[in-house]
Amino acid sequence: MSGFGRLARAKAGSSLPRAALPCLEWAELEDALLCGVSLGLRVVAYFAAEEPGGAKLYLVLADDAGSEVAIGTTRSPGTEFPSLTPRCPQVHLFEREIAEQYGIRPAGHPWLKPVRFAPALLRRNGALQVTAESLAPGVIDFYRVEGEEVHEVGVGPVHAGVIEPGHFRFQCHGEEVFHLEISLGYQHRGVERALIGGPDRRSVHYLETVAGDTTIGHCTAYCEVLESLGGSQATARGAALRGIALELERLANHVGDLGALAGDVGFLPTASYCGRLRGDFLNLTAEICGSRFGRGLVRPGGAQFDLDEAMVAALQERLDRAFTDSRAAIELLWGAPSVMERFEGTGVVPREVALELGLNGPAARASGLDRDARRDHPSGIFRFHHIPVAIADSGDVFARAFVRWLEIQRSVTFVGELLAALPRGPLWREVASVGGSRVAVSLVEGWRGEICHVALTDAAGRFERYKVIDPSFHNWNAVAYALRGQQISDFPLCNKSFNLSYCGHDL
Amino acid sequence: MFDLLRTRARQGHRTISFPHGEPPELPGRFRGHPIIDQSRCAEGCTQCADACPTGAISSLPVLEVDLGKCLFCAECATACPTGALSYGGDYRLAAGTREDLRVTQEQGVRLARALDAKSRRLFGRSLKFRQVSAGGCNGCESEVNVLSTVVWDLGRFGVQIVASPRHADGLIVTGPVTENMRLALQQTYEAVAPPKLVVAVGACAVAGGPYIDHPEVHNGADAVVPVDLYVPGCPPHPLTILDGLLRLLGRIEASKTER
Repeated sequence: MSGFGRLARAKAGSSLPRAALPCLEWAELEDALLCGVSLGLRVVAYFAAEEPGGAKLYLVLADDAGSEVAIGTTRSPGTEFPSLTPRCPQVHLFEREIAEQYGIRPAGHPWLKPVRFAPALLRRNGALQVTAESLAPGVIDFYRVEGEEVHEVGVGPVHAGVIEPGHFRFQCHGEEVFHLEISLGYQHRGVERALIGGPDRRSVHYLETVAGDTTIGHCTAYCEVLESLGGSQATARGAALRGIALELERLANHVGDLGALAGDVGFLPTASYCGRLRGDFLNLTAEICGSRFGRGLVRPGGAQFDLDEAMVAALQERLDRAFTDSRAAIELLWGAPSVMERFEGTGVVPREVALELGLNGPAARASGLDRDARRDHPSGIFRFHHIPVAIADSGDVFARAFVRWLEIQRSVTFVGELLAALPRGPLWREVASVGGSRVAVSLVEGWRGEICHVALTDAAGRFERYKVIDPSFHNWNAVAYALRGQQISDFPLCNKSFNLSYCGHDL
Repeated sequence: MFDLLRTRARQGHRTISFPHGEPPELPGRFRGHPIIDQSRCAEGCTQCADACPTGAISSLPVLEVDLGKCLFCAECATACPTGALSYGGDYRLAAGTREDLRVTQEQGVRLARALDAKSRRLFGRSLKFRQVSAGGCNGCESEVNVLSTVVWDLGRFGVQIVASPRHADGLIVTGPVTENMRLALQQTYEAVAPPKLVVAVGACAVAGGPYIDHPEVHNGADAVVPVDLYVPGCPPHPLTILDGLLRLLGRIEASKTER
């Protein structure tokens, strides 16, 4: 029997009893993964979880066409399992993570290096403990190109701008980059380890700060997991407020990114205007909940802050004003030859590469991949209010910028529609306590792309494993790819066009 | 060209007049300095302390909030059955020592004092920082970045964020200082020529934030480098950061220091 057919099917944002998950033989899991991917499904999670009798692997595939996720698990592979990376590149980082977190080796992995330089998670006497010895971050066997006039450039972890730490190692020939290798892990602060045994009073704060610029996105994914584990859902009004906040988060970040891209090519008008406008969008979120990053807004069962009619009218008016100014600032980009010359053809990720690497979010859509969790796996308010998907096809910096601009326009319309038709009723409802021995998966389209959370609960309803997958986890490899054959001086521009999360990757 | 000029005219002048004029209006729901009314506390009640995710509150014998640990999530205010604790609109929170961030009903944050005359002569008109994110979530980093936009225009005070520690007079540290960034932070600090300043921005850099006591982190910047200014908040509002920096430089008059 084929492993793919045995996978348990569920809607994202719902939960299943763990007993409903098929326990696959290795050959079946291999079939499930390879067959699923060949049919156009995506690997959204592939991780290990500690269980009596040894760590087991869990696989979650997203079936965009069928609007479902397919989940399976295996028997404990012991200390080694065959790597599927050579046949399915999108699992390459997942397999490295399994090796790092649980000490299970993906045999035959072509690029088996640390992911976060995290001490392996080990289970001893029923408790997870962190071992003392860990590797020094950034000290790995970097891929090297040798030859006359080939030189190596190392950048980071402390960068020139106000950004998070990461190490970038370039193999260059003159100005041309042959290869870029990215080594992260500097931001590792033990999020997944600390979530085990939850939910508790700190859990939601971990999720709000997994990637602080995606507070709403990650917190919504977390709340959907908790709600589905308790067999309940957010109130309509709460869900609508979450939707508004999610799109405001997208607006602030997309506008900020377009400004930063303008700055990276020395086009100062847009850089300066968008720097201010980003703040105007953040201030809209602050108007709702007091925090520019939406801290405290999204909570299990709904939202924590309501809007009255006067606030709705004021928000709409300020949104319109910020959008009018944004349009003027951003459209300058497309009319400036000096900008377009730098944007077009720079950092190209072709469609087939994007597909193979399993990209998501604006980076995938800029390479022509028609995927967006808001449409493919709608949850919350997105089940009732739809938002068109923005696609471009050139896969370059221009496409990644232009997709953002299209999304800005659509998000403004969407927020306006929701503000005009906020569902009545309670803002929030008590969520039933978390069900024991269940598995829940949520998919939320944050501004960077698809956020995936998977929770496994024990018999008492505590988190036995909580897996967080930020869209950056899939997309960092695309930054490395985009730099191939580019000038090293275009690195900031290429990097910014993805604007991936370090802390969301490092957890 | 005409588009450029037209857009420039429409975008207008955006820099705030603070500190000479009034500070920009903060949202009505902004959570700033706590307001404590201990007379409402029930005998032996610990509900606020029990609700706090980071252990920032001790309710017995005196209700005290350590703003260094506080995430300003207001879970304590929600948990309090008698409304003894709430969060007000006062954005002024930055202090010179960790101890100054412990607040009670009687004693608010003891705001940062200006540097001594010698340091002010050195840094008062030109202060360059290198920013180091050491496990930050990009919340504090973003709010530090915002200070360089036209709205806040940090440059008008001679304060600037520069690309290298060799060009800098100090560091702005964000994040709880992960073990994986400890060495990088230490080396960046050492690369700054003395005398130098360190500003810890955000709950993580002050005391570890949500990650306090994780074995992967060091509970804030002062575990690795000496800190001159602590700016609480998760993340702090840009106005709180700016206010702290200007107090350090002695650019906010004493009359505005009184709480």
